[in-house]
Amino acid sequence: MSETSVDASKRRFLVTMTSAVGGVAALGATVPFVLSMNPSARAKAAGAPVEVDLSKVEPGMLLAVEWRGQPVWVVQRTPEMLELLAKHDNKLMDAASDNSGQQPEYCKNPTRSIKPEYLIVVGICTHLGCSPTFRKEIGAADLGADWAGGWFCPCHGSRFDLAGRVFNGSPAPTNLVIPPHKYLSESKVLIGEDQGAA
Amino acid sequence: MKKLLFLLLALPTAVWAAGASVPLDRAPVNPHNQESLQRGASVFVNYCLNCHAASYMRYNRMQDFGLSEALIKENLLFASDKPGETMQVAMRGKDAKEWFGVPPPDLSVITRSRGADWVYTYLRGFYRDNSRPMGWNNKVFDNVGMPHVLHDLQGQMVPVYRVEKSADGVEHKVLDRLELARPGSMTLAEYDALVGDLVNYLAWMGEPAKSQRMHIGVAVLLFLGLFYVVAFYLKKEYWKDVH
Amino acid sequence: MEKLLNWVDERFPLTASYKAHLSEYFAPKNFNFWYFFGSLALLVLVIQIVSGIFLTMHYKPDAALAFASVEYIMRDVDYGWLVRYIHSTGASMFFVVVYLHMFRAMIYGSYRQPRELIWIFGVIIYLVLMAEAFMGYLLPWGQMSYWGAQVIINLFAAVPFIGEDLSIWIRGDYVVGDATLNRFFALHVIALPLVLLGLVAAHLVALHEVGSNNPDGVEIKKLKDEQGKPLDGIPFHPYYTVKDILGVVVFLMVFAAIVFFAPEMGGYFLEYNNFIPADPLKTPEHIAPVWYFTPYYAILRAVPPILGSQFPGVALMGVAVLIFFLLPWLDKSPVKSIRYRGPKFKIALTLFVIAFIGLGILGILPATELYTWISRVLSVVYFAFFLLMPWYTRNDSVKPVPERVTK
Repeated sequence: MSETSVDASKRRFLVTMTSAVGGVAALGATVPFVLSMNPSARAKAAGAPVEVDLSKVEPGMLLAVEWRGQPVWVVQRTPEMLELLAKHDNKLMDAASDNSGQQPEYCKNPTRSIKPEYLIVVGICTHLGCSPTFRKEIGAADLGADWAGGWFCPCHGSRFDLAGRVFNGSPAPTNLVIPPHKYLSESKVLIGEDQGAA
Repeated sequence: MKKLLFLLLALPTAVWAAGASVPLDRAPVNPHNQESLQRGASVFVNYCLNCHAASYMRYNRMQDFGLSEALIKENLLFASDKPGETMQVAMRGKDAKEWFGVPPPDLSVITRSRGADWVYTYLRGFYRDNSRPMGWNNKVFDNVGMPHVLHDLQGQMVPVYRVEKSADGVEHKVLDRLELARPGSMTLAEYDALVGDLVNYLAWMGEPAKSQRMHIGVAVLLFLGLFYVVAFYLKKEYWKDVH
Repeated sequence: MEKLLNWVDERFPLTASYKAHLSEYFAPKNFNFWYFFGSLALLVLVIQIVSGIFLTMHYKPDAALAFASVEYIMRDVDYGWLVRYIHSTGASMFFVVVYLHMFRAMIYGSYRQPRELIWIFGVIIYLVLMAEAFMGYLLPWGQMSYWGAQVIINLFAAVPFIGEDLSIWIRGDYVVGDATLNRFFALHVIALPLVLLGLVAAHLVALHEVGSNNPDGVEIKKLKDEQGKPLDGIPFHPYYTVKDILGVVVFLMVFAAIVFFAPEMGGYFLEYNNFIPADPLKTPEHIAPVWYFTPYYAILRAVPPILGSQFPGVALMGVAVLIFFLLPWLDKSPVKSIRYRGPKFKIALTLFVIAFIGLGILGILPATELYTWISRVLSVVYFAFFLLMPWYTRNDSVKPVPERVTK
């Protein structure tokens, strides 16, 4: 090695430049690998919005469909059920659906639905992810005389009414989730896409 | 030793050219020509997809060449399918085997394997041959099981033979060319254009990412060029010390 | 910062390792073009491991699903095509780099005393790499994957007495099937990469113990200055790190050009027949192994069956690879580098290179009578290079080797 004078600042500059460009290169190289872990086209196709024919759902009955691998319940509520819904607001944690994360804006209403008779709700308990059981019989023996129909979670005993609202005293912290959905026609509903979206 | 590298690189084209006995026509393949791909996709869905599946290809991937999802749903999908689904056929493999002798192959990657030129020549190479069960033969695929699905468009071709003497003096008939015996609804030039679009689509379907791949490639190489300049000066600066 | 470094150094030899392997590892200052390929091989190893991990996230080692899962990666996975092309290009580039790296060792005598062990570790790496590539090639489950594996595994059946049972044991079935695919997957993604990493570590430790050879074949450790630094040595860092960065960038340009513009490389890196799913009932018209195996395949085909047994060909093919191990002891020349060797060695090496490349080309082509005869001649040349080496290296006229490296 010779003892010629070394231009330290030039070296520092070149080292910085090479490190910067090399850093960008390394970062760029990770992009395809990171993105390859996103849901694939197959997963997206499987998670695509689901069309449901409401004429198949009889009054008072529940139809379970799969959307993004989760159960989504479609319930046609009878006039009697709807009447009972309004009568227990004082026992509910969030009767007015103020928690905006649990339903789209257009379902922030007393029945938590676009059309009052049809409830569309994700069938996963907001406590720890079990799927609650549909208990529509009014005044069921094990649930108390004032039971107005709804869901009971077998895992930890959370109770929900027929609008998916959680009762006081349940371990579940919030109401059941209403998924984005829109009506394509009188009897066809598309689950997974917001009303008004293209 | 650079010769060694050069040899290895120059070799590929030479070796694979051998093999096909019938000269192949050049297919007008261009993955950037969106109109051609759209026309080809429509021919594919209307004529091929009845028997051949493309089970790795999703309908909505056609958005890559400018079709909207609504358009795909309206024009190219069977009523029961969803745009995110792959191109399947209703025909059962067992039935198909009974009808054609072999099940029609899946077409997702076939053009990548056979080459676009081969498929282009093949689809234009059907001729009348009453000795075959379906009444059709093909100049690049002798005794093919597939009938000429597009003969309404192309018309009927008949073979013209010439006599050739082999080295040992035996004479035999060799297929010379095909002639149009009964015209179809298209002129031969129109038919060639249609098959060209179809083959372009088939080639695209073999590797839908090709167009994207080349775009990214240009950016990557340009960036590496910049990297080279910086690294070159860095190396030069440090190696001043070494004598 | 310094406190933290001290804290670590008291518990782990961080600064000491940095000095021993980078800032105070003295490498000869006269490295040329050929000396890029060692670090490039290391780079390709990293590329293969990383891209392999991400492919494993989507690939299915199941005869019924494997082909479709590869197409799934190519189409449905975001940038899956890129990850796969990186891996397939990396496989071939690994051999390009390793062959050039080995050739470097041959021209400059890097396998000679005291570097015999580095060479032996290197040849083992080469062997494991072949196994790794062969097993990886089955995974896409295309026609070439399937029939290539079928043919190669059947070679083991040629071993006398135990051959038949051996090949069945390797396959886990009577033909190449789901069991074969599943075990090749296990070996390809776990077992062999672990072995490879261990061997690469051993290769590097051995190298840093004795120090690098150089194009002059001069031992730089013989002449040191008063501080004990070799007169012709320069610290690896920063001099060779900045130089290798340049080499890496050029290599990546070639690599990217292939990945983005010619991933099939004319049918050599990805074979056209492999875009057709494996069909155990239909052999493709022409089966050839991937290009990096073809020299050995040509040797195999050049040997006629003896007493109805294919074994001699198989054995000779094995010997053709294993004979590299003996190189340090076959070479009797008083000098290491080709720069100071005489014409006999230069001619022998040239003939060997011609034979190796020639066999590689012949291994791709279909076997005709003429080609088989050429293969036989070239096979003889191949083995003569090794077997006659003690004779022609001892009697060669050599030039005097300088004390110091030349520029």
